[in-house]
Amino acid sequence: MQCPKCRGNMRTYERNGVHIEQCDNCRGIFLDYGELETLTRMESQYHAAPPPPPAHGGPAWGAPHGGHGGHYGHHRQKSWVNMLFST
Amino acid sequence: MRARAAHRPGRAAHTVCAAEYPVRVGLEEELAGVAAAYGGAGAPVLHPTRTDVVVLRMGEVVVKAHSAGDDVEALRLRVRAAASAAASSVVLAPLTSEVLAVGGRAVTVWPAGRPLSQDDDPGAAPWEEGARLLARLHAVPLTLLPDLPPAGGPARVARAVGRMTGDGPVEQLVRRTFKELPEPGRTGPLPGLLTHGDWHLGQLVHRDRWLLIDVDDLGVGDPAWDLARPAAWYAAGLLDPAMWERFLGAYLASGGPALGPGDDPWQWLDVPARALTVQLAAVAVCNAAREGRELDEVEYSLVESCNRIVGA
Repeated sequence: MQCPKCRGNMRTYERNGVHIEQCDNCRGIFLDYGELETLTRMESQYHAAPPPPPAHGGPAWGAPHGGHGGHYGHHRQKSWVNMLFST
Repeated sequence: MRARAAHRPGRAAHTVCAAEYPVRVGLEEELAGVAAAYGGAGAPVLHPTRTDVVVLRMGEVVVKAHSAGDDVEALRLRVRAAASAAASSVVLAPLTSEVLAVGGRAVTVWPAGRPLSQDDDPGAAPWEEGARLLARLHAVPLTLLPDLPPAGGPARVARAVGRMTGDGPVEQLVRRTFKELPEPGRTGPLPGLLTHGDWHLGQLVHRDRWLLIDVDDLGVGDPAWDLARPAAWYAAGLLDPAMWERFLGAYLASGGPALGPGDDPWQWLDVPARALTVQLAAVAVCNAAREGRELDEVEYSLVESCNRIVGA
């Protein structure tokens, strides 16, 4: 693809699910339809307030909760289900 | 009845591997005979459980052959406590308050209840009901019960650590975390209370209401240990904080005494939760070794917890 401004060559990048073209010559960036909204949404998520701390606290050695500290995505994992139900 | 002890095709399907105390051939048939004597009908079904324990259900009756390593005198007192009126709406009552001897094993007899399904979403589990049952258990006056032995939680941790055979960095870390735990018995806010000793979601069954089962570790102890397994899961980042808050909130709201009157439940949870983290990590290490695999991400989060504990 050619840069609409300077006719330089544009290179395609994929960053966090956002598809961008950048011109090798003038460094200008071209966004596909909807990608600007995606960027705006990601930015507001980044700046959103962190979840409130749990009402009853936790130990000094606890895993960081909220953000990316938890492993809650593994609720179907066999070892987790076994652990919930066995000695 | 004994005629059923004849060889049966397909027996191998029930063979328990790597048993610490091998199950004697014919024990299942004898257990089925006990179940029938207490009114059990239909085909006997073995329930998957620890390798050293056999649980057989026949219709409405469940028969449990306890570990050959268990202290039978202590078990007698525990079963009598479960049969007592003071514990009747909290702990499942046995069909007989006696401990039977079958094939050299201590055997107890129970009415069948409906356990939780492991296929359900953990978020749909009755966390609040479990917490309320524990709060009520902890409030049962010891004076209304037989003279119980100590609750089995602390001994369980030591046994789990002792079962690790390897000596890699993970085993060394788990052993070190265990060694650095504060002395048990000096950490709770209270004199000993009635404590389940091994609580998890598999210890709930439903009859006309939810009830606690498994008295093998029931005794006098620091009741915070009964909250310590979910606390350890929460601290490892495994249990969703919303579920932990549901569990702990229900315990506190129903007047559970384990955590004292203060504002900080972790003052009393901290040490038992460290101990349960050690136990869960040691069990995970043994499970992975037995299955010839590495720890998975869930199990490894307990090792990371140990790492943070010794660094704290």
